[in-house]
Amino acid sequence: MTTQDAPVSSGLVLPRYRRDDVDAHPPLLSPGYKSTVARAPKHPLIYLPQRLTEVTGPLLGEGRVGALDHDLTRQHDGEPQGQRIIVHGRVRDGDGRPVPRTLVEIWQANAAGRYRDARDTWPAPLDPHFEGVGRALTDDQGRYRFITVQPGAYPWRNHDNAWRPAHIHFSLFGRAFTQRLVTQMYFPGDPLFFQDPIFNSVRDPKARDRMIARYDHAGTTPEWALAYEFDIVLRGRESTPFEDEDDHDDE
Amino acid sequence: MSEQLGVMPAQTVGPYLHIGLRWPDGPYVVPEGTPGAFWIRGRVFDGTGTPVVDAMVESWQADPDGRFDHPDDPRGARPPALAGFRGFGRSETDGNGWYGLLTVKPGSLPEPDGGTEAPHLTLSVFGRGLLHRLVTRLYFPDEPAANAADPVLRSVDADRRGTLLARPAADGFEFDIHLQGDHETVFFAV
Repeated sequence: MTTQDAPVSSGLVLPRYRRDDVDAHPPLLSPGYKSTVARAPKHPLIYLPQRLTEVTGPLLGEGRVGALDHDLTRQHDGEPQGQRIIVHGRVRDGDGRPVPRTLVEIWQANAAGRYRDARDTWPAPLDPHFEGVGRALTDDQGRYRFITVQPGAYPWRNHDNAWRPAHIHFSLFGRAFTQRLVTQMYFPGDPLFFQDPIFNSVRDPKARDRMIARYDHAGTTPEWALAYEFDIVLRGRESTPFEDEDDHDDE
Repeated sequence: MSEQLGVMPAQTVGPYLHIGLRWPDGPYVVPEGTPGAFWIRGRVFDGTGTPVVDAMVESWQADPDGRFDHPDDPRGARPPALAGFRGFGRSETDGNGWYGLLTVKPGSLPEPDGGTEAPHLTLSVFGRGLLHRLVTRLYFPDEPAANAADPVLRSVDADRRGTLLARPAADGFEFDIHLQGDHETVFFAV
């Protein structure tokens, strides 16, 4: 067993994170999504055995989250336009263990489908009461909760008459560099999935379905907000490293 | 044997990532005025040589003693001796594709098999057109002996190793990232 004051030149036993299955994530080169063509690397990724830098990661805590950061409907003097929704869920690892006290960052378009950004210039109204930015920390059980408005779909120029399905961007750190994830949450029954190359870049239909939130009637607040549940699973740890450590060879 | 849960797939951050991911102190791995601090600056380029103006680079590194304030460092979590050291940096690229991080050099790291890793930063690159982040490492040009012994650098073909080496610059180091093209940066699967 390694102790805090032992010499560290060898015998270091590190946790290891499972590699994701090949189909879990979209291929970097997905030509239907045109921006990947000049941006996806041509060389295959080089396999990197996980070392200290990869199995640790920034534990960004309370100092990052203000009192109203989880409530995107109360960040301005007035309420934003649109359907009020609660978005909540659990962040867990691949073994079902909660990921506690981890930062969840979200951003989204407003109810009309427009982002608060100078470069987003399509003719849909900006909402003076909606920034579209949220932050929360998971609790000890890995739970998070946001209050926001249903984002609108919006056009983009990827292909003829291209529209992004409504979505909320999610960014997560987990507890290790290997767990870092940026994804998007989609809404059930969206009629725009069929023509969206970003959603469809995930080839395994089961993996794709994980990006669709569940409508949660029990989680609604009567006469106030609908609710969606969106659980997020980050990579799990290998279960063996602390048993087979004896000499060396952790590969 | 408990059943594995399927992981959530990655998706692109899109062109408006700074709406949600901008922090005023993002680029500051250490506060301004920290002794020994320097800037790492660089540009992100696509396969046509065009600067990528809607990308974000995040960094993670050990402290100058080669330690992490993290429970999974088997030597024990240890708060850094250097005041204000966060270990983590985040910088969007600007209108010319430049990112910047203010940091200090990390220490060398012990390896499980007894070797040593040279001082390095690990970087994640996010952007429109990147469906998943790209992972690379930055090594320092003034550490030739440590770099020569580094197991990760040694695992990379000699003719591509240079893409992982920063260049000296007036106020620190420069490290360009080529997503594609003749000088494509080495990216890793972690």
